[in-house]
Amino acid sequence: MNDTSTLKPGHIQGETGIWEMVIGLEIHAQISSKSKLFSGASASFGSEANRNVSLVDAAMPGMLPVINEFCVEQAVKTGLALNAKINNVSVFDRKNYFYADLPQGYQISQFTKPIVGEGEIIVDLNDGEQTIIGIERIHLEQDAGKSLHDKHPTKSYIDLNRTGVALMEIVSKPDIRSPQEAGAYVKKIRSILRYIGACDGNMEEGSLRADCNVSVRKSGEEFGTRCEIKNLNSIRFIIQAIQSEAERQVDILEEGGIIDQETRLFDTSTGETRSMRSKEDAHDYRYFPDPDLLPLEFTDSWVQNIREKLPELPDSLKKRLVKDFGITSYDASILVEEKDYVDFYQQVANGRDGKLTANWMITELFGALKKDNLSFSESPITSENFGELISLISNGTISGKIAKEVFSEMMKSKKSPSKIVKEKGLEQVSDDTEILKLIDQVISNNQDRVNEYLSGKDKLFGFFVGQVMKLSQGKANPGVVNKLLKEKLK
Amino acid sequence: MSELLDLNLVEASKALKNKKITSLELTNAYLKSINDTSLLGAYLEIVEDKAISMAKESDKKLIDGTARPLEGIPIGIKDMFCTKDIKTTASSKILENFIPTYESTVTQNLWNDGAVILGKLSCDEFAMGSSNETAAKGNVINPWLKNKKMSPGGSSGGSAAAVAARSALAATGTDTGGSIRQPAAFCGITGLKPTYGRCSRWGIVAFSSSLDQAGPLTRTVSDAALMLNSMAGYDQKDSTSANLKMPDLMDYLDKGIKGKKIGIPKEYTQDGISEDIVKFYEKSIDWLKDEGAEIIPVSLPHTKYALPAYYIIAPAEASSNLARYDGVRYGARQEASSLDEMYELTRGNGFGDEVKRRIMIGTYVLSSGYYDAYYLKAQKVRRLIKEDFENVYKKVDYILTPSTPTTSFELGKKQDPLTMYLNDIFTVPASLAGLPGVSLPVGLDKSGLPIGIQLIANSYDEPGLISIARVLEMSAGFDFIADGAAK
Repeated sequence: MNDTSTLKPGHIQGETGIWEMVIGLEIHAQISSKSKLFSGASASFGSEANRNVSLVDAAMPGMLPVINEFCVEQAVKTGLALNAKINNVSVFDRKNYFYADLPQGYQISQFTKPIVGEGEIIVDLNDGEQTIIGIERIHLEQDAGKSLHDKHPTKSYIDLNRTGVALMEIVSKPDIRSPQEAGAYVKKIRSILRYIGACDGNMEEGSLRADCNVSVRKSGEEFGTRCEIKNLNSIRFIIQAIQSEAERQVDILEEGGIIDQETRLFDTSTGETRSMRSKEDAHDYRYFPDPDLLPLEFTDSWVQNIREKLPELPDSLKKRLVKDFGITSYDASILVEEKDYVDFYQQVANGRDGKLTANWMITELFGALKKDNLSFSESPITSENFGELISLISNGTISGKIAKEVFSEMMKSKKSPSKIVKEKGLEQVSDDTEILKLIDQVISNNQDRVNEYLSGKDKLFGFFVGQVMKLSQGKANPGVVNKLLKEKLK
Repeated sequence: MSELLDLNLVEASKALKNKKITSLELTNAYLKSINDTSLLGAYLEIVEDKAISMAKESDKKLIDGTARPLEGIPIGIKDMFCTKDIKTTASSKILENFIPTYESTVTQNLWNDGAVILGKLSCDEFAMGSSNETAAKGNVINPWLKNKKMSPGGSSGGSAAAVAARSALAATGTDTGGSIRQPAAFCGITGLKPTYGRCSRWGIVAFSSSLDQAGPLTRTVSDAALMLNSMAGYDQKDSTSANLKMPDLMDYLDKGIKGKKIGIPKEYTQDGISEDIVKFYEKSIDWLKDEGAEIIPVSLPHTKYALPAYYIIAPAEASSNLARYDGVRYGARQEASSLDEMYELTRGNGFGDEVKRRIMIGTYVLSSGYYDAYYLKAQKVRRLIKEDFENVYKKVDYILTPSTPTTSFELGKKQDPLTMYLNDIFTVPASLAGLPGVSLPVGLDKSGLPIGIQLIANSYDEPGLISIARVLEMSAGFDFIADGAAK
């Protein structure tokens, strides 16, 4: 094989040259709404099967959909947050197909006139670079129910709890060029959705899923034939699936084959995609405007009103953090990834050392949470306690080293840092006489090394510092120790 | 008994309120009529116990002075309306055992106003038909010339037959392309299709959502006014329901016609229309002129495209609306070894030929590659037809047309679907434009069958429609009773 270590992400080295990936994503985001898109039934997750089903959801004869205005507002909010054009008139269409978990025999969606048109977002890549990804459209649609095929040897069970739950489909332009970019794009969209509260972004519960359209081409050539990988529910799977699918396509093309346009599924156990249905088997959905619903129409002032209520979004927040707290743009981009992070950060950093706070949050706090397999919301450390810790470091009460000890105790006991410091007697010792006592002890215990040092072996100075610190159980103020030792050993 | 049956709705209501009769007497008279006329096959389901208990309830209210507008009036309900705890089949085998747990808005409005339910009335399957011959449980016989077994029309054939046969004091119907007006014309009664959006569609089995509209079938125009007063109203549960208050139609019965302009569209007097109908159409024009109306010839140039457009739009919507009858959750299910096979068997056995035909047409016209040529073009035609009416209503107040090109025909005689579809040629344009229309009987043809004339008003002008219809009704003085009616 060729050496691929120098290849850019999203490039694949073939026998005939380098291939480039072209990727477009359709993100299905469940709107954080108490009730469904067209019925009053609860949209909550995890209820007993078929508990959250109204007459409308079950498509009983004569039942009619009524639009949930809250959901419309969330879609508009999302459109505004993605810098997209809001369509003041949009239309609901019926997408017709038969399936046992689709009670109406059609899904209400938006086909030719979606609620949101073109937009774009800035995506932060790992190397600190940024790229712009275009948004093609956002439309509102109903989720389908769930078929359970493994409960009975010959029967399938149907759970309609999800039926009719409101989804937004956010369709990107084919602007994405690597699996990593795709991952970063999903992360960014998820972050924005959480900021504005339109979707909880919970991929494990299926609140956010993505279909990935992947094709490959030689640089500068026309787009190749694409395949769509359905229903990916983690960023890791999105990255794996795109990489594996692109490699599959390159293999076929390199052998002189052609790509069949088809829908594929990602097998998480093999890490590969497999065919679900070919273009020939594709449904003819017979879209047409739903005659049960009027077109959605809103005025500019209604949209403006929503725009004014939008919270500060990650991009502008990031700029502000760099400016207000003097942290690096890289640190800021990590902190704004989640609204929870940035809220926590701001609570702590306000009136404290912003850089120190950022370092401690990103390195120590995030590291410890990851180690303990905890999410940020499960963190045992409150912003008050974390702030206190930062203050204790800043005002010299404890050294950075002791702080780490205090921090790990905080993770375990949830106690406040000052309490821990007091209980364990961890205050930093900066008092000259205290420290001189320790220095005298070290000198008398190591007379021969003192002589070596005095005869010119300067390197031994560090050894004495270490001994003093050890004797103080780490509590001695290293600056003071340095200063006094120098004087003592003159 | 017979005197009770002689009372029309308005008269019966008055007699009830004046305590001349009781609802129980009236309801029992009608229950007996249902029995006496059972050979007509108008009823699919009779709810005698419920009728009697509702009548008794009404009698209490009549006594204690809390009577509501339709207190104690026994009526029949077309089987397209979902009625709580009462079997609702839409005359289809696929729903043969379906019992809703909910009540349609329109019927609930009627019960809230004191009406008494007698039972559910037959119709064409899913309201698709113009002769009531597509009903799964068999034909309904028109009480006129009953020995000849004439069609009551459709799809509200059971409703029209029951009102004409005096086995219901009034009935509800639904009209998609003429399903209230055409059977009313065939059975010599009044049938009113309100403006699209006047009556909530919530709880009515959907055929074609952009066209379906509930309305009353009654003996007289005043009866229709009283019924529609109760049926209509804004409903949040139907997004296409009009948020407009309808004035009390009873206030418009005697407004007269002086100074009103009546349009006579030239496109509605074509070949193929029966001579007797032409004769009574001309008579009707003269009557209105005599009463002080100004008669103005008008043109609705796109009329000839209305029927083809209708037979694209209605089946298209139906093909989607009827997808829910899949055997999965309710209704008939044929067991099979795979999901697709279950669908095929369930729907293959559950739907009749006319319904299948329309599902196939509808599926075809929405298919990719055909959508633009059929569905989209039909929608453009629909817009042009709407514009035709808008233009004409700049010049006139109402439009007068025949209700149907012919009077009733013998059951089983019209086998060709295209000939059958032509029945709706005069009713479909107003449906496509969403306009209110009423058919009322103005005379009998040579063979003794009723002739209906249609009045079409501008959107939401039901009050005006009622006043003009009342004038025509008085002039025509139609007081014949079907030979098959209960005595």
